[in-house]
Amino acid sequence: MSIYSRIAGVGSYLPGNPVSNDDLVARGIDTSDEWIVTRTGIRARHLAAAGQTSSQMGREAAEKALAMAGIDAAELDLIIVATSTPDYIFPSTACLLQGALGNKGATAFDLQAVCSGFVYALSVADKFIRSGTHKKALVVGAETFSRILDWKDRGTCVLFGDGAGAVVLEASAQPGILATALHADGSQVGILSVPGQVAAGQVTGDPFLRMEGQAVFKTAVRVLADVAEECCTAAGIASGELDWLIPHQANIRIIDATSKKLGLSRDKVVVTVDRHGNTSAASVPLALDEAVRDGRIQRGQKVLLEGVGGGFTWGAVLFQF
Amino acid sequence: MDNIVERVKKIVAEQLGVNEADIKNESSFVDDLGADSLDTVELVMALEEEFECEIPDEEAEKITSVQQAIDYILANKK
Repeated sequence: MSIYSRIAGVGSYLPGNPVSNDDLVARGIDTSDEWIVTRTGIRARHLAAAGQTSSQMGREAAEKALAMAGIDAAELDLIIVATSTPDYIFPSTACLLQGALGNKGATAFDLQAVCSGFVYALSVADKFIRSGTHKKALVVGAETFSRILDWKDRGTCVLFGDGAGAVVLEASAQPGILATALHADGSQVGILSVPGQVAAGQVTGDPFLRMEGQAVFKTAVRVLADVAEECCTAAGIASGELDWLIPHQANIRIIDATSKKLGLSRDKVVVTVDRHGNTSAASVPLALDEAVRDGRIQRGQKVLLEGVGGGFTWGAVLFQF
Repeated sequence: MDNIVERVKKIVAEQLGVNEADIKNESSFVDDLGADSLDTVELVMALEEEFECEIPDEEAEKITSVQQAIDYILANKK
């Protein structure tokens, strides 16, 4: 009998109150609500409080996902945290989260694929479960991108937000996850990066997010459409049969261009970018949690998750909820 | 040739949400047709799809008017 992995619970967490575009203007950033909305669709984002970390936000999301799944943290045998903004250089955010949840003994590690991180982590967890070695996995995307933004660069600082999302995956005789696809292209490292490191007690290089917006836009639209088709083909379904598409929430115009290429109408696409901004690895599980809890996503429906981000990395997970 | 001009104008109209009648060969995407930086990227992608070609970024940057798009397609079509 085949083993599948199935989503047993979802959860998410957003820090503090929404910060509107006008709030950013009031903080002295030389931009406007009109500029941000027409180019990105972003109206607000949430920003972590001083000292609030990715593992702390991840814990809030994880506890909700565990509660929905009816699983105690002690039962988990796998914890993967997708983040590019870990609490520490080491130990991993996954181990910090494990300690906070009171789990001992599970496999725990971070996975770094920037904005594709959650889709990467969910695919990896699926493979652990399908191999038969693990049965109950917690997969978290948690980010505090506000710490790596250059608040003097109005082209990037308005685009991102903080938050966390989580999924509990369980071994099941029924699918579950139907297909996954992961890719990267290391020739594109320069178009989206934080090219700094800690050495000799200080940061060397550049500690802020840098992006070539137009190149990222073009690459993102192309790979998101391609990997969606790849994943659907692998599962033997047409993209038109999808009940829901949850793409990485970076820019409404990337989302619209992708859904148009796939022939999916806007009402089949879950959108949170207007209220969350780009929360990197947290964006997909945040959107998934919202659409499950408000009743849009029903058991039995087919949902495609998609990520794309620095590396360049991209990937997709197709599942039956 | 006429066909290519028509196809280019049709794509420009669709991508930028303007009437085909308002699009002249000399129209600049940004100055005359109200395109922003992402519109021009999407426009180049739509041209690539329509004419089944790949327009390198350094070439795409030089395509700022309808005539320049037509000239590029004519010079590079298979």
